[in-house]
Amino acid sequence: MSNPQIEIQLIAAIVAIACAIPGVFLVLRKMALISDAISHSILPGIVIGFFITQDLNSPLLILLAALTGVITVVMVEFIQKTGLVKEDTAIGLVFPVLFSIGVILIAKNANDVHLDVDAVLLGELAFAPFDRLMVGGADWGPKSLWVMGSILFITISLLILFFKELKVTTFDAGLSSVLGISPVVMHYGLMSVSSVTVVGAFDAVGAILVVALMIAPAATAYLLTEDLKKMIWLSILFGVFSAISGYWVANILDASISGSIATTLGVVFLLVYLFAPKKGLISVLYRQKQQRIEVSLITFLLHLNRHEEESERHINHLQEHINWRAVRARSVLDLAEKNNLVEIENQVVSLTEKGLAFTEKSLEYIINNKDEKIEPMKEDFFLFRG
Amino acid sequence: MNIQEYFELVWTDYTLRTITLGTAVLGAICGMLGSFAVLRKQSLLGDAISHAALPGIALAFLITGAKDSGTLLLGALVSGVIGTFWIRGITTKTHLKSDTALGLILSIFFGFGMLLLTFIQKQPNANQAGLDKYLFGQAATLMESDVRLMIIVTGISLFVMVLFWKEFKILLFDADYTKTLGFNTKFIDVLITFLIVLAIVLGLQTVGVVLMSAILLAPAAAARQWTNNLGTMVLLAAVFGALSGVFGTAISASQNNLSTGPVIVLVAGVFVLFSFIFSHKRGLLFREIRFRKNRTDLKLMKTLQFMYGIAQEHENISHPHAIRILNNFYGFTKGSLKKLENEGWIAIDGQQWAMTPKGYKQAQEMYNQKPINE
Repeated sequence: MSNPQIEIQLIAAIVAIACAIPGVFLVLRKMALISDAISHSILPGIVIGFFITQDLNSPLLILLAALTGVITVVMVEFIQKTGLVKEDTAIGLVFPVLFSIGVILIAKNANDVHLDVDAVLLGELAFAPFDRLMVGGADWGPKSLWVMGSILFITISLLILFFKELKVTTFDAGLSSVLGISPVVMHYGLMSVSSVTVVGAFDAVGAILVVALMIAPAATAYLLTEDLKKMIWLSILFGVFSAISGYWVANILDASISGSIATTLGVVFLLVYLFAPKKGLISVLYRQKQQRIEVSLITFLLHLNRHEEESERHINHLQEHINWRAVRARSVLDLAEKNNLVEIENQVVSLTEKGLAFTEKSLEYIINNKDEKIEPMKEDFFLFRG
Repeated sequence: MNIQEYFELVWTDYTLRTITLGTAVLGAICGMLGSFAVLRKQSLLGDAISHAALPGIALAFLITGAKDSGTLLLGALVSGVIGTFWIRGITTKTHLKSDTALGLILSIFFGFGMLLLTFIQKQPNANQAGLDKYLFGQAATLMESDVRLMIIVTGISLFVMVLFWKEFKILLFDADYTKTLGFNTKFIDVLITFLIVLAIVLGLQTVGVVLMSAILLAPAAAARQWTNNLGTMVLLAAVFGALSGVFGTAISASQNNLSTGPVIVLVAGVFVLFSFIFSHKRGLLFREIRFRKNRTDLKLMKTLQFMYGIAQEHENISHPHAIRILNNFYGFTKGSLKKLENEGWIAIDGQQWAMTPKGYKQAQEMYNQKPINE
């Protein structure tokens, strides 16, 4: 590995961490799309800042552009408050307009500005090591490493300082007001940190891929845990993993690093989406199937419970009566027998003692509108699940 | 070229005519279908879909090597539809919310598209130029065949919309009721979404993936301010969309270095701003005026009530009083006295005022008002 390669991976990893932390809170607060809006609408801020500073890594430019991001949030909230359109429409109206202004500003000044929209939108990580920070003639490493490093440092300090406040405002704004923590301050604080991060990172990974780095790791982590601290750690892990492996994929394909990082993030999300132990698609579908058969089972047991007479409890009759297809009836009956809830004698099904207890308890819960209690009760009664 | 020259040239110049017609048709179809997106609270779905279409374009090029917009847009359509269904899968099967799902699919698909585009650029066959026009759009590359395609698709969606108008409308406003009536809500839902995806894909070449969602939303959001009737809204949105297209093209053609997409978005944005402020029913300006008027009316009534209190103490209700004695009451001004006089509720004579019987009655009935509609 050559020196620039290490530097690129280091920058990518730092950007990933700096994005993942605010990303977790954005996802939890259902404001993920604000990051998309900010990442577009900072463009005019960057352009104007660039007119003034002539340096894409200047702190002043970052502050100016971040201010545009916060203004976007304020504008979106203002439009929402008028009640003229829904929230999502407000977001969808504000950022394209600001972005268009940015594009036009660049186009009208194309001759004097070394800045093009592609670069802002897509970034080029491969060039990041060429822009060095020189202090007194000495080489201090790539500028963007310093910029993102400082942003990350600020983000982590704020996170540690305000972790409790952020947690409370995120999950229960009402409670936080009662406790004297202002949700509004936390909201705008988070928005400011997100804006600064997006602006700092656009240069390295591009405005749209910042969105991927913010949302994807948090969304992936959210499928695996419901613990805030674990979620933050997992997001950082996914972000850094995707950043570094994305870099190597781009190296092999000789293609855009940021595009390849986003793709890796997508693949990681897809895998977790499919295979996550509790929230994954496969386990959700499996659970739905299990639920279906268990509901059928309870229906079946209730039917047995209601009918004392043998003719009603004859296997063939049951099939006709409840109107299930043979396969389904068979599987429900098998499940009931495996769990010792019923016994079959001369083709007549009857409840066992355990079956009777289970049925009566379920019946009680159903009548009293406490259906949710049936689920834990299954743990006690069932040896095998559907 | 200035705007006037543009409007003279637009009838004769082939390129200008094609582009103008193209953007107008695009604006119209997007406005039409965008109305449904806005009302279904799917505004940002457009943004996600347009970004999700990018890898489709790149893959279509990689597989077929073709550069004609038909093939590429077919790829865009396929990947847009895949993105839409994945978003749906995420929101229905997991606890992730729709904003996360939209942002996720948007950025990941776009990133994958970028990966493919840069990969294509490094390929030895130099036939790939022009793919990045789908990023920001280039109305200038519109050809007559593209416009013809647009018109055909618009015609088809118009036909489908008229055919399923009743179903679309009822699903929009009461999905549960629609289901109980026995309509296949899933089918109608997929149909509307498919039409929206179609409109977005159609616009990619002209305005690009980044700004496409605004063309879809802005005319509809503007039209929404002027009416509560779905049919009128769809029609108005189509008109606003078409006008944004024409004016956007005119402005960008009359200046150097202005790409059409962003200008169209800004023109549409102006329509929205204008509608937000000046719409007669919902607009901010008239809302403020109504608000002020209510406040002055309230003050007027308070003054009248105060006078009523004084007049009550006299046998003759029309007994004149000095205006001075109103001084310890805050609500009155010269203007409000004048207004009261104009209403015929009081009579002013120099520095004196007197209540008329009409005003007395008005004040008396103020607290036992009947509902206005009776």
